[in-house]
Amino acid sequence: MSAEEKTKEAERVGQGWDKTGPLLSIQDLRVWFELRRFGFGRAGYVRAVDGVSFDLGRGEAIAIVGESGCGKSSLMKTILGLYKPTKGKVIFDNEDLTEKGTKGMRWYRSHVGYVQQDPYGALAPFMTLQRILEEPMIIAGIKSKEERQQRIRKVLEEVKMFPIEDFLGKYPHMLSGGQQQRTVIARAMIMGPNFVVADEPVSMLDASVRVEILKLLRGLQETHNLSVIYITHDLSTVSYFSERIFVMYAGQLVEKAKVTRLLNNPCHPYTLALLNGTSDPDAKNALTFKEVPPGEPPSLVKPPEGCRFHPRCSKMIKGTCDVKEPPEFLPEADHQVSCWLWQ
Amino acid sequence: MADKKLLRIKDLVLHFRTQHGPVQAVDGVSLDLDYNRAVVVLGESGCGKTTLAKAILRLLPRNVEKYSGEVCLGGKDVMPMADEEFRLSVRWAAISMVPQAAMNALNPVLRVGDQILEPAIIHLGMKKGDALQLALKMFQHVGVPADFIGRYPFELSGGMRQRVAIAMALITSPSLIILDEPTSALDVLTQANIFNVLKRIKKELGTSFILITHDIATSSELADDVAIMYAGQMVETGDAMRFFPNPLHPYAQKLMASVPRLRGEKNLEFIVGQPPSLVNPPKGCRFAERCPQRFGKCDQEPPVIEKDGRTVKCWLYN
Repeated sequence: MSAEEKTKEAERVGQGWDKTGPLLSIQDLRVWFELRRFGFGRAGYVRAVDGVSFDLGRGEAIAIVGESGCGKSSLMKTILGLYKPTKGKVIFDNEDLTEKGTKGMRWYRSHVGYVQQDPYGALAPFMTLQRILEEPMIIAGIKSKEERQQRIRKVLEEVKMFPIEDFLGKYPHMLSGGQQQRTVIARAMIMGPNFVVADEPVSMLDASVRVEILKLLRGLQETHNLSVIYITHDLSTVSYFSERIFVMYAGQLVEKAKVTRLLNNPCHPYTLALLNGTSDPDAKNALTFKEVPPGEPPSLVKPPEGCRFHPRCSKMIKGTCDVKEPPEFLPEADHQVSCWLWQ
Repeated sequence: MADKKLLRIKDLVLHFRTQHGPVQAVDGVSLDLDYNRAVVVLGESGCGKTTLAKAILRLLPRNVEKYSGEVCLGGKDVMPMADEEFRLSVRWAAISMVPQAAMNALNPVLRVGDQILEPAIIHLGMKKGDALQLALKMFQHVGVPADFIGRYPFELSGGMRQRVAIAMALITSPSLIILDEPTSALDVLTQANIFNVLKRIKKELGTSFILITHDIATSSELADDVAIMYAGQMVETGDAMRFFPNPLHPYAQKLMASVPRLRGEKNLEFIVGQPPSLVNPPKGCRFAERCPQRFGKCDQEPPVIEKDGRTVKCWLYN
């Protein structure tokens, strides 16, 4: 170990990150919602998340990409502890969250930050910024008023809202969209979390502000060595933010890889379709039609047999894809894909 | 045809009266559009894009302070027309619109078929049976299965609802359709699908489009021409082939630099500051405060400069 690494290691120990192994480990997670019952019978389940497993390293940023209705928000809410998983485990810092009670969840929540999609909807309209930022600390039991004040200042400095005094007394509607999103980020950061979940943090913002917020999040991630799950449907912002991408389709992760690998060598037909569907600003786009797989994502109540993408897939192998669910194959190192083409 | 241009807007002004004073939402906008072309109006939210669309269609709220300028449609100025005449001969007959969040713009208690018939019955004076045939033809154009005609909007997915809204705009075969953020609430693949539909319509029916959006990357899917709006004014217009690789106005340059690219290693930039208030916009160039290339002249109103068929409202090109 070099001297530099040693000091880094010492710093991590000092900050309480001496534990090894992944920060978050999801094991065969299933979240099923029961449909309304008719009489005594069961109408069935919506399988929003169906067998998702992955590890999130300390200080790592990953992106989960998928269309609306693919279960990415259910996955995120289960990770945050807002939904109870039907099956499977969510292990945070070597502790199983599925077994935790109210007290345990409170401990967990002070270690995890949540950046919502719609900043205006996420901020209480009747609270000033001061109160919005103070509330999590009151709940977590920080009694000293000075300490709370100090933390608010520090966090507002970090999200670059200057001059701080001017903002403290303001209500959310007095802020621009970018400032509102900064406030949401500040609130997520105020307990000093080591893990942040960002649910489409920039999809409601203007193009010019979008980059600013992405850069801010990236900066925070680097300075605080945060682990981040970035949920999005926009592939073009992913490479600016995360190291790995997981592609989700109909409740399952179909491809997991490093960002550059996935962008340059997409192995799952669905990933390829998503990449083809994303445009770069180029006037030549107007001259050609896009290749789009036919149909729409399947119902999660009765997902198709075998591979869930097979009814839309142009490379479907009859007798295999529509019968057996594909396991994870490894077309190259660190690149998992659930598709029979790579058998 | 009397005029080569389908639409010629000159100095269009629309100000609203508010408690704080007049809001100059659209302030002297000029825009030309040829037959069978698509122009993309790009800009940040609050720059007056949607208001421009409403001003063209004369869909005005009550608190209008000032509404003036010229809107020539096929060589004829439609601004002096009386409201009733405008309603009968322009709105939906010659120009129709797909409103923002069209997914929610459909009436939830009417079957989609009945909704898209309405313009045909009112504007073309059709009988219901004929209109139904026409509606089915439109459904084919936008790729909605024929049996969806008896369904209610909530039974359709977002992409299908968007297609129905486009069919409703198409049914009177207008020469111009205004699309207000047609895909901003949709998924990537659905977006690509909708743009395929729009491209096909443009090719088969020869319709012109005004596409209003803030999504620069997907706007390039349809753009023949590009118009950049900032704080109620048009700062740059030009054809897409030359605009995308080489924007002229500093605002357009900054905007293009902020677009994330799929495989781009390029460093993204953002524009510092916020757009000015439209109640009391700054004198001179409205972008000056945020402009990295600002110089002495910028506190005077910049002229619109023509440069190889493109226009740019900036002192740099004088």
